[in-house]
This record gives sequence, C-alpha cells and structure tokens, in this order.
Amino acid sequence: MEILMILTVGVLFTVATYMILSKSMLRVIIGVVILSHGAHLLFLTLSGLKQGAPPLLGEEASAYTDPLPQALILTAIVIGFGITAFMLVLAYRTYKAHKTDNLDELRGTEDE
Amino acid sequence: MKNTPVQLHVITRIVAFIILAFSVFLFFAGHNNPGGGFIGGLMTAAALVLLYLSFDLKTIKRVIPFNYSKIIGAGLLIAILTGIVGMLFGFPFLTQFDEYYHIPLLGETHAASALPFDLGIYLVVVGFTLLVILTVAEDDS
Amino acid sequence: MNNLVILPILIPLLMGVILIFFKDSKSVQRTVSVISVGLMIAVSAYLTYIVYTEGIQTTELGDWPAPFGIVLVADLLSSSLVALSSLLSLVCLFFAYQTFSAERERNFFHPFFLFLMVGVNGSFLTGDLFNLFVFFEVMLISSFILISMGSKQYQLRESLKYVIINTVSSMFFVAAIAYIYGVTGTLNMADLAVKIGELEQTGVISVIAVLFLFVFGTKSAIFPLYYWLPHSYFAPPAAIAALFGGLLTKVGVYTIMRTYTLIFPHDQTVFQILLIFGGLTMFIGVLGAVSQFDFKRILAVHIVSQVGYMIMGIGIFTPLAIAGTFYFLAHNIIVKSALFLFAGVAEKITGTSHLKQMSGLLKTHPYVGWLFLITALSLAGIPPLSGFFGKFALIIAGFDAGNYFVIAVSLATGVLTLFSMMKIFMTSFWGEVKMPDPQAKDKKVGSLLIPILPLVALTILLGVAAEPFMQFSLELAEQLMDPSEYINSVLNKE
Repeated sequence: MEILMILTVGVLFTVATYMILSKSMLRVIIGVVILSHGAHLLFLTLSGLKQGAPPLLGEEASAYTDPLPQALILTAIVIGFGITAFMLVLAYRTYKAHKTDNLDELRGTEDE
Repeated sequence: MKNTPVQLHVITRIVAFIILAFSVFLFFAGHNNPGGGFIGGLMTAAALVLLYLSFDLKTIKRVIPFNYSKIIGAGLLIAILTGIVGMLFGFPFLTQFDEYYHIPLLGETHAASALPFDLGIYLVVVGFTLLVILTVAEDDS
Repeated sequence: MNNLVILPILIPLLMGVILIFFKDSKSVQRTVSVISVGLMIAVSAYLTYIVYTEGIQTTELGDWPAPFGIVLVADLLSSSLVALSSLLSLVCLFFAYQTFSAERERNFFHPFFLFLMVGVNGSFLTGDLFNLFVFFEVMLISSFILISMGSKQYQLRESLKYVIINTVSSMFFVAAIAYIYGVTGTLNMADLAVKIGELEQTGVISVIAVLFLFVFGTKSAIFPLYYWLPHSYFAPPAAIAALFGGLLTKVGVYTIMRTYTLIFPHDQTVFQILLIFGGLTMFIGVLGAVSQFDFKRILAVHIVSQVGYMIMGIGIFTPLAIAGTFYFLAHNIIVKSALFLFAGVAEKITGTSHLKQMSGLLKTHPYVGWLFLITALSLAGIPPLSGFFGKFALIIAGFDAGNYFVIAVSLATGVLTLFSMMKIFMTSFWGEVKMPDPQAKDKKVGSLLIPILPLVALTILLGVAAEPFMQFSLELAEQLMDPSEYINSVLNKE
C-alpha cells in the first residue's frame, strides 16, 4: 500500500511541476493545488498508514491510528483552501486588468 | 420571456433544508465523533450556494440579508474569546473544559467549551465560502 | 507556564477581529490599531526583560504537555525580535496614516496589518514546526492582501507571482514537515533536537535540512531563490514596502537561525552550503542593486544582499558569528525600513521614484537629505553607525574560523553597497534642482519625517553604544549555541 501511495504522490508532484511550468495562469494555479494535494498525501503516507482503529472515543481497540497527522493535514487543507480561493480571485482580477492569462505577456517592462 | 427552471426550484427548496438539517447534525456531532464546525460550515455553505445557484442573487439577498464579512468577524471573535476565557482563570490560552449535565428531555448532555469554539469556526467557514463565491459572482453582473 | 508569551500574538489578533466590525470608521480603526500596536510594544519589551532576567519563558497552549501540544517559547532571540518588529509596525502605521488614501484604509487595511503582525510574532515565538507553518501562512496571506491592495495593473501582476512562488514553497514546507515527522515522530522543536541528536541515519536528516533550507531560503530570498523579491517589493506603497522589507525576509532568516542552531547543528555539509550561498547571495544581490536606477528597486535588491550577510553568519556558526548575525539582523530591520520610508518621502515630494528624474532634493529639503545620508551610511557599514558593528563581528568571526574567501566577498560587497547608496544620494539629493512636479519645492514633509526619526536615532544608538548591545547579542548567541536551556525549559526537565 505504501508503495502505491508513494507512486501516487510522485505522479501528483510530476503533474504539478508540469502544470506550474506552463504559461497559462489558470494552469499554474491548478498545478499549485495539485502540489498541495501531493504534499498532504505524502504527509499521510510518511506518518504511517492505517495501523489500528480510528482514534475515536467509542472504539474499543488495542491499537489506534496516530490522529496527529490527520489533524495537521486538515489544518493544511483549510489553509490551502483559503489560499486557493485568494489565488483564483487574484488571477481573475489580473486577467480583467491585463486581458490575458498568458504569463509570458505578464513579464512587465523596464520603465515602470 | 425568462426561462425559469421549475424542477430545480422545487427540488432546491426541499434539498436545501435537508442539507441544512444535516449540517446542524454534523456540527453537534463534532469533537467526539466525525463532524464539527468546519465540515458543518461547509455543508451549510453548500446549501446556501445551491440556493444562490437556482434562484438569482437578488432574491436570495432579500431573504438572507447578512453581511458575510461581519459573520467571519463574529466567528473569529467567538473562537478567540473562548480561548481567552480560560486565560482569565489562570490557565493557558485555549484550555478546554467539559462537564456532563443532566438536562430534561435531552438526558445526559456533554457540555464542552470546544462547542463555542466550533461555533466560531462554523461561522467563519460559512462566511468565508459565501464571501468568496459571491464576490466573484457579483463582479460579472 | 506564563501567559505573557501569547500576548504579542493575541493582542493584534483580537484587535484585528474587532476592527472588522468598524470597517467604515476611520478614527476608530486608527485609534484601535495604534493602541494595539502600542500594547504589543509594551508587552514585548516587558517579555524581553523577563526573559533576560529569569530565563526562557514558555506557554503550553490548551494545557497540553510539551512534546504533544503546541508550545510557545520566548528566548532572547525571539522576544527581542518581537519587540523590534512591534516597534517597526508602529513606525509604519504612523507613516501609512500620512500617505494612504481614505479608500485604501477602508478596505480592511488595519485588520490585515494586525493579522500580519500576528503571523510575524507567532513565527518568532512558536516552538512547534507545524505551528510555524501555520503562522507563516497567516503572515503570508495577510502580506498577499496588503501587497495586492489597490489593484493597479503592475501591482496585480507582481503580486500574482509573489503569491504563487510563496505558495509553492509553503507546499514544500508541508512536504519537509512530513519527512521530519516520518523520521522522528514529533514536531516539537525541542523534542526534535533531542531525537535527531540520538538518530543514527544522518543522510536522511541532511536531505530534510536541505529541503528546509529551500523553503526558508525562498521566504528569505537567498541566492538562487531571490528572483521574486525585487519586483514584488517594488509594487506596494512605501509604508507597506518598509514593513515587508524590514520584516518578512527576516522572518525567513530567523527560521533558518532557529532550525539550524536547534535541530540541525550536527551537519557540517549544510553549513558549508550556507556559507557558499551566503557569499553568492550578497554578491549577486549587490550587483543587482548597482545596476538599478530606481530608488525603491535599489533598496529592494539590497535586501537580497543583506540577507546574504546573515546567511554567511549562520554558515560560520561560532558564537561570535551568531551574535554578529543577530546584531546585523536587528540593524537591518531598522535601517532597511527607514530607507524604504525615505524612498516614500522622496516619492511624495517629487512624484517619482526614478533616480534620473529627480535631483537637488538636498537644496529643497535638507533634513530629508542628511537623515537619508546617515541611514545610507549605516547600511553601507560606516563606523560609528550600527551597520559597522554587525559586519565587524561577522568578519572577525569569519577570520577566526578561517573562511577567508567569504570574508573577501563580503568586504567587496560592502564597497559596492556604499557605491550604490552614494549613487542614490548623488543623483537624487545633490545637483541642480530638477523634478517632474513643479510644485515639489514647496511641499512640506516635516510630519512624514517624524515616524522615521526613531529609526534613525536607533541606528545611531546601536552604533555609538554598541558595547551593551553587543554584550546582549553575545549572551543571545550563547543561548542559541547551547540549546540545552531551550530544550530543558520546553520539556520541563530541570
């Protein structure tokens, strides 16, 4: 299972890198979002996949899964959620102001 | 003539309330069971977004006349104040307290200071999600 | 346990939230922000005093014991940086009041300014790696909003790049945290220091250390990762640029200082990398500054060069070098912001920040000119101003450690820094009076100078009375180089 997860993480990172290096603004943002998913999945995998019962009060089990990574990933997801929303609005405003979503045309000039 | 999606309207009226009820259930299930302020808030926001989608912005604005940035502020304020209450009694910031009470009709009830904190998160999530979606949506019209 | 430690985070957070409700009232916004920043200064100064007299203070949030819960730690480094940043925020706030349009202040400027301080103070005070990530994000998202506020064309464009690059590096931060949690099973920095000290596999730790260097290096703009900085810091108005230039990159440097002295001090190769990158950063940064012809751009590129000195100091890694790094860091926070504010003053007078379009400011506004000269000389490291002593300590430490090449680079950089500062002074302050705005001569800017004065006074004070401050830095460096006090006070081992 770990191997599969790590491969998935690798695929996600590859796709994200490809998307971030492309020229369209929206693709870059989607790339960043995929990168964040890859990072969260990496966290989940590295902290050990399912080792016991879910860490809830009602469960009577001898071993529980470590709840900390899940809490941390949830926090990271929430932060990613906020930043993604902000990035999308910012990209939208940039698109409206510049009438292009090609990053090549957003380089800027020397005399500003 | 404006084309009104009747089926969408009818179904939305029913489904939105089911989603809202489920979101309240999720909100109270939180802390010891799966659920909580974040997921409950997202669910509520989903119901409201569904309303905004099927009816138009102006109609819903008349029905729900809230200023969402103030809701975010209120949520944050509740969450922070919950943390500060502990400080007033000499505990560190964000210390939680809980107690079991027997309330008529409800039976044994678990009262935890995590609940107002969760309420804060709930309000922040609802406010944030709708604020973002509406800001972009209003810009077009 | 001491709740004092959380106050520098809690005050701006609470006040910022309250200000969301008073969006339309300018006077309430201004009074509440000034009161909260004033409180922050008082609390952080008191905290520094307590830490200095009674040792490291900690707060375990939510009453969870140390390695399991989040712990806030105030040692000499973090508490004094919190005090400095609070002071700086007050200065920038007063400067903002006199330069900002009413429109900008109504658009949630004050809440996000205070949230930025939450993030900065939180990053300084936290003792938990994941919490550091959270505070970084609080700081970054506030900075995203402050930098894109106003929505001018170039501003939107540059802030988009700033946002994307910083977000990518944040995602690598999560990945680095994942690796370190996978290897050690803890995220508390003191606990990490103990566990990594006991660990056999040093290879994994080196990889993680370099991954962290990538993350913090992007935030603090060291050599191969600095490309985002000059353009983005050019975009916002002077008061915000001063705050960013003074603080945000320094938070990155602080985290490098903290993690490398506490968690990764065993790995010699990483320090070699730091030395090399430090040298490259300072030299390439100053070359960029020499080639520019715009007041704000020169200062922005200079940030890169100065970060190089600090990275070099951490790379040398002796008590004297760390003390010098801190001295230089404090000096740079003060001087860099003052220079950005001077750029704002010059822009206010002449209506441009391009050096070729203005000259003769010294004739029309002599006070601005001479105060700028003092600050610029301090940045270049002329005795008896504060910049000299920071560099002096770094260079002595470098000689002691035998890193002659980096020292030579840093001396050459110093000369070029002086050159680029003098370029600003000679083209825009000396010479015939020539400004695009014909009314420029009669503009009164006395009230704009008042917020800058304390910064100029501080750089002189740090230079003239260097002895006690250097003593303080040495004590601070000793605390950093011997992390046992930090570890014991966090993990409650007596």
